[in-house]
Amino acid sequence: MWEQIRSNQMKSAMLVGLMGALLLLLGFFLGLFFFGNGIAGLIIALVVWGIMNLVAFFQGDSILLAIAGARKISRDDHPRLYNVVEEMKIASGLEKMPDVYIIDDPALNAFATGRDPSQASVAITSGLLQKLNRDELQGVIGHEVSHIKNRDVLLMVLLSVTLGSVVILAWYASRFMFLAGVSGSRRRSSSGGGGAQLIIILVGVILMILAPIASQLIYFAVSRRREYLADASSALYTRYPEGLASALEKLATSDTNVKTANRATAPMYIINPFQKKGMSIESLTSTHPPIGERIRILRCMAGASMADYEQAYRQTKGGAGIVPASALTGAGTVALRAPSPEAKPVEELPQRVERARETSDLMWRLSNYRTVPCECGTTLKVSSNYRAPTVRCPHCGRINPV
Amino acid sequence: MIAVWVTIGIIVILLIIFVVAYNSLVRLRNQTKNAWAQIDVQLKRRHDLIPNLVETVRGYMKFERETLEAVTKARNIAVQASSSGAAERGKAEGELSGALSRLLAVVERYPDLKANQNFLALQEELTSTENKISFSRQYYNDSVLRYNNQTQMFPSSIIAGMTGFKPGEFFEVTVAEEREAPKVSFT
Repeated sequence: MWEQIRSNQMKSAMLVGLMGALLLLLGFFLGLFFFGNGIAGLIIALVVWGIMNLVAFFQGDSILLAIAGARKISRDDHPRLYNVVEEMKIASGLEKMPDVYIIDDPALNAFATGRDPSQASVAITSGLLQKLNRDELQGVIGHEVSHIKNRDVLLMVLLSVTLGSVVILAWYASRFMFLAGVSGSRRRSSSGGGGAQLIIILVGVILMILAPIASQLIYFAVSRRREYLADASSALYTRYPEGLASALEKLATSDTNVKTANRATAPMYIINPFQKKGMSIESLTSTHPPIGERIRILRCMAGASMADYEQAYRQTKGGAGIVPASALTGAGTVALRAPSPEAKPVEELPQRVERARETSDLMWRLSNYRTVPCECGTTLKVSSNYRAPTVRCPHCGRINPV
Repeated sequence: MIAVWVTIGIIVILLIIFVVAYNSLVRLRNQTKNAWAQIDVQLKRRHDLIPNLVETVRGYMKFERETLEAVTKARNIAVQASSSGAAERGKAEGELSGALSRLLAVVERYPDLKANQNFLALQEELTSTENKISFSRQYYNDSVLRYNNQTQMFPSSIIAGMTGFKPGEFFEVTVAEEREAPKVSFT
């Protein structure tokens, strides 16, 4: 059932190889163009790629978490979130518990990061945490954990580094070409071989324009495929596709974008952080499949197995499936489970208020605010810079010691 | 001369097949062992939580002595069954799940209890532990299925027979109630 990981690695290796080849080709022709020596260009391309990879490999997850402003939490900070992550860790058979992070942002989103399953993190925005009930949270975390389990994070990092190198090379080359164009071509034309020179220039220019676009398309295609597979795995782990479907529905109706997201970090999130409300884009240039389609597929599932997802996918989208064949054989049937009693079609207000309070309390605590209970039932939050020995309750006027 | 090389070639290929199949059997068997250890951890956790829970609710539930005693008794039986095989354990744990869900259904009638912070924390722990039990069971059974498939499929079935790989035992919880109410409701 989890064999898809291996088949994924094969395909991924091929795609990384393809993009790498594109990078090297670009480097080679640019080298020919600028130095009259392809090898020099190759070396420059490899050095750029190598440095970026080293940074991404060793610092990538901490950079990503720092950009997003994520803060690590422990079990005591938010037992429910921590427990749900642990449940999904068990369901997926991960060996090590991922670190749990929270992002102080009203936008609804979540992502997973980490270069390998033994050193991974799951992050969720405070907005999402307070919107979702337990089943929905489980679906979202299941999706993120399966990104870790399927090693999607490593693949996406590798791909985005390669993409970045291609873009950087092409960008700088086009600037230098503009500057060096006049003097460089004059010098070379005197040394003869005008025809070959022209071909090199032509191929160089075409590569400079096409390589970034092609890499981007490969990148988007892989990213969308990964999203579908993570949805399928989440349904399999939770045995309850409706949880993720209803979470995605909540995500879709929100129109706040994640403040700290940028183009490079977009594929890490559970939904595209830039998607505008009401826009359904099924295009080549999206990192995520349209959310409505993901919901429809999840709701079409007759069971919770990979084969059920495959069937629902074909029903909804038609054409070839998405799940690798190796994941479909010998898995048997997997029954859906019943919703947990907490999940009601229409949530009661107290439940929503309770969750909102829980989440905001967590954010206060993480910002080092102290709590002072007042006799009138109010809980006062006191900043860590507050120096005075007492504080006055704004509701009843009692003076409380800090 | 050619015949010798062909024989050597065949032997080498057979050896490779043997090594690959044997290693994959070992890997799968270890996986089921790990998965079983996970279930074990969660069942122990539940056993540890229950005395706490009973202690917390006792003060509020004056008229539910029988329900509380049933839970305590089922827990003690389950603790004793800890060292036996998967089938017996499944039965004992199923009984415990049944008793527990009856207790938690009764809680509905005590609004005071639902305002108790200590109880709310316990409720979260218990809900999650129930989930973890069913998720680890799910993972364990999947692992056993894969391991058993491997021991029964050609050619690894021959190697499994030669080197003594026995099929694993599924972990089924035998009480019907458990299936319907693995989740805890207090709302």
